[in-house]
Amino acid sequence: MWQAFRNEVHTRGLEIVTVGMDTLGAESCRPFIEAANAEHPSLIDVNHVMAERFGVINIPNGIWIDEEGIIVRPAEPAPVPGGKTPPPSAPPVGLPQRMADIMTEASKIVTDRESYSAALYDWIENGSKSKFALSPDEVIARSGNRDTSTAEASAHFSLAQYLWNAGHRDAAIKHFRETHRLQPDNFSYKRQAWSLMAPPEAGPFARFIQGPMEGQESDWPFEGDWVTDVRAMGAENYYPAFKE
Amino acid sequence: MVLQSLSISRTEFETATGWQLKPEGACHGEICVPLPQSVSADIANGIVDVSAVAERLGMPIVHDAEMGLWALGPASLSGRALATAVAPELELPDINGNMFQLSSLRGKKVVIVSWAPY
Repeated sequence: MWQAFRNEVHTRGLEIVTVGMDTLGAESCRPFIEAANAEHPSLIDVNHVMAERFGVINIPNGIWIDEEGIIVRPAEPAPVPGGKTPPPSAPPVGLPQRMADIMTEASKIVTDRESYSAALYDWIENGSKSKFALSPDEVIARSGNRDTSTAEASAHFSLAQYLWNAGHRDAAIKHFRETHRLQPDNFSYKRQAWSLMAPPEAGPFARFIQGPMEGQESDWPFEGDWVTDVRAMGAENYYPAFKE
Repeated sequence: MVLQSLSISRTEFETATGWQLKPEGACHGEICVPLPQSVSADIANGIVDVSAVAERLGMPIVHDAEMGLWALGPASLSGRALATAVAPELELPDINGNMFQLSSLRGKKVVIVSWAPY
């Protein structure tokens, strides 16, 4: 996905590093990375280190770092330059209700691909003179809240992913629930936990359902699910608007 | 970061948190938080008292007694996800398990793109 853009700009001094944030690790990310024919570093982050170190709370997400290793734009929604946003369409008739609901909500999610692309090209061209390259104070201010609860949420997430991979499902769910309670606005922590509830035999697509299937509501171990949470926040607020 | 013990090596602490433990304290970018003398003395011998350093940096420690595990959360001392605009080190594997360090790209502009297959 980012490979085409990378081909275009990497001779102008920019490198892309993708980070697949998934507790299930390399094997769940591999098909996507191989299909992209990625030549840039394509990394795997089972513990959502990106949340701890950079404040990433939803995906896809971009962080800009200059030649000296200074962050000039902190974590923010990052649509692929040159990519296409599918036009809104009604879900096909006959789809299970939850799938239809997901598609309806997803079609209302707003991304400002044009503004983000223009800003990125401007930074590549003008470097620190670009108005989109923010001052250190602005970078820190925009980097997101990190109070005691938020920091504690990350500690619980570490335990959750560790216990999940060690086969302790119930213990993992207990810590995922704490993670969500302590940092409700971290949507990647939620999506991660919800996606793990899909049975492996249901295939990779089932991981996008992120909620109970009809008739299985009482088995769902979390307070929220994707459709319920997105409706509550309003799909149009799913990604914060691009801010110059 | 998941811990089996609250006494770990300096390298382990630094890799897990992105904070460097120096004679002047726990440092990241332009920030250096002084540590108690006894803690610094242990660090000089390569051992980190995680509770003591965590307390100074506002890093929470969560304990799962049943599983015999601790987890160390990120620093909260500045109130923001980034305490400084200096990029922290990021060391992660690729799909073949080869480790990559973000700092190896110094001299280039970098966009880190986070994504997920779910």
